[in-house]
Amino acid sequence: MHSGNITIENITKIEGSAGLDVTIENGKVIDVKFKIQDSRRFFTDAVKTKPFISAPSFLSRICGTCSVAHLFATIKAIENSQEIEVTEQTKTLRRLAYDALIIRDHALHLYFFVLPDLLGLDSILDIPDDHDNLGHTLLHDSFDIKQLGTDISEVVIGAAIHAPIPTIGGFLKLPDESKFPELLNRLEKIRPQVLRGIKAFYDYGASLEQDVDYVALRNENKFDFLEGTLISLDGRKIPPEKFLEHFDVVVVPYSQSEGYVFSDNHGNYVLGALARINLNKDQLNLKTIKDTKEFLSVFPSKNIYHNNLAQAIEILHCVDDAIDILKNLKIVDEKPIKKPLKAGVGIGVVEAPRGTLYHKAVIDEKGIVVDYDVIVPTSQNQIAIENDLKKYFNENLDKDEEKLKFDAESIIRAYDPCMSCATNFLKIDWIRK
Amino acid sequence: MDVAQTLNKKLAIGWFTFTCSEDSTILFTELLNKHFDEWKKLIDFKHVKSLKTKNELKDLDVAFVEGAVSSKTQEEEVKKVRENAKYVVAIGQCACTGMPSASRNAFEDTDIDDRIRWYLEHFDYNKKVQKLEDVIKVDDKVEGCPMNTTKFLSVMDKYLNLFNII
Repeated sequence: MHSGNITIENITKIEGSAGLDVTIENGKVIDVKFKIQDSRRFFTDAVKTKPFISAPSFLSRICGTCSVAHLFATIKAIENSQEIEVTEQTKTLRRLAYDALIIRDHALHLYFFVLPDLLGLDSILDIPDDHDNLGHTLLHDSFDIKQLGTDISEVVIGAAIHAPIPTIGGFLKLPDESKFPELLNRLEKIRPQVLRGIKAFYDYGASLEQDVDYVALRNENKFDFLEGTLISLDGRKIPPEKFLEHFDVVVVPYSQSEGYVFSDNHGNYVLGALARINLNKDQLNLKTIKDTKEFLSVFPSKNIYHNNLAQAIEILHCVDDAIDILKNLKIVDEKPIKKPLKAGVGIGVVEAPRGTLYHKAVIDEKGIVVDYDVIVPTSQNQIAIENDLKKYFNENLDKDEEKLKFDAESIIRAYDPCMSCATNFLKIDWIRK
Repeated sequence: MDVAQTLNKKLAIGWFTFTCSEDSTILFTELLNKHFDEWKKLIDFKHVKSLKTKNELKDLDVAFVEGAVSSKTQEEEVKKVRENAKYVVAIGQCACTGMPSASRNAFEDTDIDDRIRWYLEHFDYNKKVQKLEDVIKVDDKVEGCPMNTTKFLSVMDKYLNLFNII
């Protein structure tokens, strides 16, 4: 029976910096502190007094890996504040760019961070140089998958990280159509590699179940990362503009990030691919559904390790969605929509790779940002992460410390947390934890 | 085959991240799409938190440091990196210039409300965010937000040559 406290100073193979303190007394876990350690950069304050046109590029710097999610959430918030309706072509190109983000971002998490857990190794660097080894095959699949996501991003929005081409009202430059056939060909060819990954994460077998709720955007017309109403397993329906009325922020004194709970019952909830597949699996691309029937049968699931499987399925959905888009896309020349400046408040809610991301912009009549709020998924998942760890440690204290630490990191990693994002503010009343 | 390859000498590197968006770390992992097999033969990834758990901060040939320095703890950590690395390369705009992570340096007193003050006082933030060079000696810089990958690859080649790895 493990009796001493357990500390992990630096959790590895995640985005950003976090630590863990577990306090054990008389064979029982009495406290778990999941500490987000990235320093705050106060971007939502620094953006104030800037012209709104500069906000998307600046706020995309909140995060490296999901910068496109912040970029599009900012653009949406400002467009809503200005009552700008974009064209169907802009919506389609944004969807294509978002498919590329999900393909690259999920593949990084699954293959670089989680795959070593699945193989019982420390790192992808420990995978043997053996072409018959499954780990070797999966790792090299990941290079192709990630690179394809990046290359689509470069064609559509100019870069995978801090993309320069999307702007308020549309695109500063339209993509070169002559590059579509090569991308389409690679997307078709990558499907068997993506399916091999799905099978591997389905076979992973790790399990940790928790009785929580799940929240994600749902667009009644299609599986969508960019539009919809927030829904939950227990039947909530929350329009994005009512977001703040349904969630309370909780100060976590040892963490650089706040946590979040439902405001009515103070219950906690989980966001991300697991929530999206739990709630919206019926809307996945038909080709994806056809080829993943066996794997989709595990959802809805309360096993947090199934977030990995859900991400792997989302990669295939985004590959299939990108194929459908590229087969039909004919670019027409158009400029970003512009309207006279006006004072206004706009909300931009999108599904970032790791869950629902909320941006709120307050703009004055001269087009200057006077206030800004961001709520990111990792902050919202923080309390669920702690609860999962508490459950795991209480049930496994008979294991040695090395195993406990390995498993604790793999649980945290399954959430795909992003600490760069998590250290951003929301300005509402705090509940002390 | 040269002497270093005969002795199986690899370039011992570390990759460290401080206050930033980690965009250059993500680009570094993207570069592995094309360079993984080659670099695995040439590089000993001794301390790369994004890739491994068992890290060692000791006897590094080159430390790549991303991000600005915004707290006492970070200041101590970068000094420790400097003590354990023959060369230090500042990676990305925050490490090279402080910005945009140093945006709060321009805040007026009136901009610092109670919630900002709570965090600044509750954790060990320095009064000002600093670029890497303000805290330790830097041997090379790869600017860009995120880093310029062409420059990064040339810097990597420079050190692989300098240590007779290639």
